[in-house]
Amino acid sequence: MSYSNKVIEHYENPRNVGTLDKEDPQVGTGLVGAPACGDVMRLQIKVNDDGVIEDARFKTFGCGSAIASSSLATEWIKGKTVAEAEALKNSQIAEELSLPPVKIHCSVLAEDAIKSAIEDYRQKKAARAALEGTAPTALEGTDS
Amino acid sequence: MSLKLPIYMDYHATTPLDPRVLEAMLPYFTETFGNAASRTHRFGWTAEAAVEDARETIAQFIGADSGKEIVFTSGATESDNLAIKGVAEYYKSRGNHIITTVIEHKAVLDSCKRLEKEGFEVTYLPVDSTGMVDPEAVRAAITDKTLLVSVMLANNEVGTIQPIREIGAITREKKVLFHCDAVQGLGKTPFDVKEMNVDLASLTAHKLYGPKGVGALYIRRSKPRVRLVAQMDGGGHERGNRSGTLNVPSIVGFAKACRIMQEEGEEEARRIQALRDRLHDRIRARLDLVTLNGHPERRLAGNLNLSFSFVEGEGLMMAIKDVAVSSGSACTSASLEPSYVLRAMGLDEELAHSSIRFGLGRFTTEAEVDYVADLVVEKVNRLRDMSPLYEMFKEGVDLKSIQWTPH
Ligand SMILES: Cc1ncc(COP(=O)(O)O)c(C=O)c1O
Repeated sequence: MSYSNKVIEHYENPRNVGTLDKEDPQVGTGLVGAPACGDVMRLQIKVNDDGVIEDARFKTFGCGSAIASSSLATEWIKGKTVAEAEALKNSQIAEELSLPPVKIHCSVLAEDAIKSAIEDYRQKKAARAALEGTAPTALEGTDS
Repeated sequence: MSLKLPIYMDYHATTPLDPRVLEAMLPYFTETFGNAASRTHRFGWTAEAAVEDARETIAQFIGADSGKEIVFTSGATESDNLAIKGVAEYYKSRGNHIITTVIEHKAVLDSCKRLEKEGFEVTYLPVDSTGMVDPEAVRAAITDKTLLVSVMLANNEVGTIQPIREIGAITREKKVLFHCDAVQGLGKTPFDVKEMNVDLASLTAHKLYGPKGVGALYIRRSKPRVRLVAQMDGGGHERGNRSGTLNVPSIVGFAKACRIMQEEGEEEARRIQALRDRLHDRIRARLDLVTLNGHPERRLAGNLNLSFSFVEGEGLMMAIKDVAVSSGSACTSASLEPSYVLRAMGLDEELAHSSIRFGLGRFTTEAEVDYVADLVVEKVNRLRDMSPLYEMFKEGVDLKSIQWTPH
């Protein structure tokens, strides 16, 4: 299988590899895929008080296309609002990286990873709100 | 010493033509170009003489009685098809049962599947964790309806060498025909159709430094005389077993490749094994969590199949893109399923996805081995640093306890 130049570029110089503290209330973690299927992505976002993703990190077990998809995903969502990141479609990733049909699932996984990180962030926020007896919206801007 | 890139370490897929083989072949393209079936002139006679000489050489190489037992084909895929379907069709009035193993090449497995659709029954024997078939399982599977047992000499993925002699003793005792796909082991591990009681054997030239697109099927002519129904209709070449004008230059090359193997194979295997062990040792000395797939001793000298935990095989192949290897990872095939051979050996799917097959051969050098070992160590470390699984493993997370989301 031959890779597009963009896949190779991301694979060789992956952006935002790393780990954020998953206990940090501002951090949302998404872990998707399965070792038995040959790809696992962990994507993390750090959301600031304005609802903007100020940092994004990933680690991926997978083929070159999976690594490139997650690298691109973190690059794209950094600086975006949570709502904007949520609107990102796998087809945009697949198109940007010129993924062949057998690799489309890598871009799907990247989209799932973003959604799952956002979901985790929201759940944490809601749990904290419940604990403190405040509505989640009122919490916006008050957590540190 | 300067190293030439890319480095070829995929000798199980195919081998480069030995220059001596090419030299032997060349005159048969231009000067001696006749059709071996032309009986009326010298052009045909010289071609025929070359083919008959090749037949004898190959027969002798595998311990057959005579060149008459060698039928030339387009390769081992055709030989496997002809052996299995041809025997099944010829003997179908006597039985309907075939025994093979789960780790055979697709040419064998899919021929068996085809026969199943036509009403034959096929037993697919399992292998142990080293990829080995148990001869006693063959014995136990034989019924009075069994026509044929088909077991490979050596596996193309993990290099495990099968107990052909032991299985041959059983099939002979039970009066069942025995086919062996000898492709990967030929010239690399002892193979003798007489001593091992093999009745049909599939061979191909391009795995032993001969040309692609030529192979042979050995068909025993006495004790027992094996019959089959041709799968290709036409001019009745090869004693009616395989019609089609013979590929004379390739057949000459095939025989030359066998002659070289016969003279040099044993010593070559020792040299290749030393290189293989060097590669293995150098990788293992500097990396942990590396699993050897296949049998620790009973394996092809040039085969090293390793799983690097927490690193996906295709991702690793991309990282070492100047080294040609192959992987059991699903990503290498369109099917998204990891290697059926590794899974049949009971390997975790994750480890199957993490496997790399290094195939060393005649032209592999020590400098190449050292370069590849260093590169693999460096890239595995890099990919582990990027692997969420490796991080979780180091944190002590039991990866099996996690609710994964298969897709
Ligand atoms: C075990 C085995 N059998 C059969 C074949 C098919 O041989 P050929 O390429 O000559 O058709 C191969 C090679 O791919 C093989 O490894």
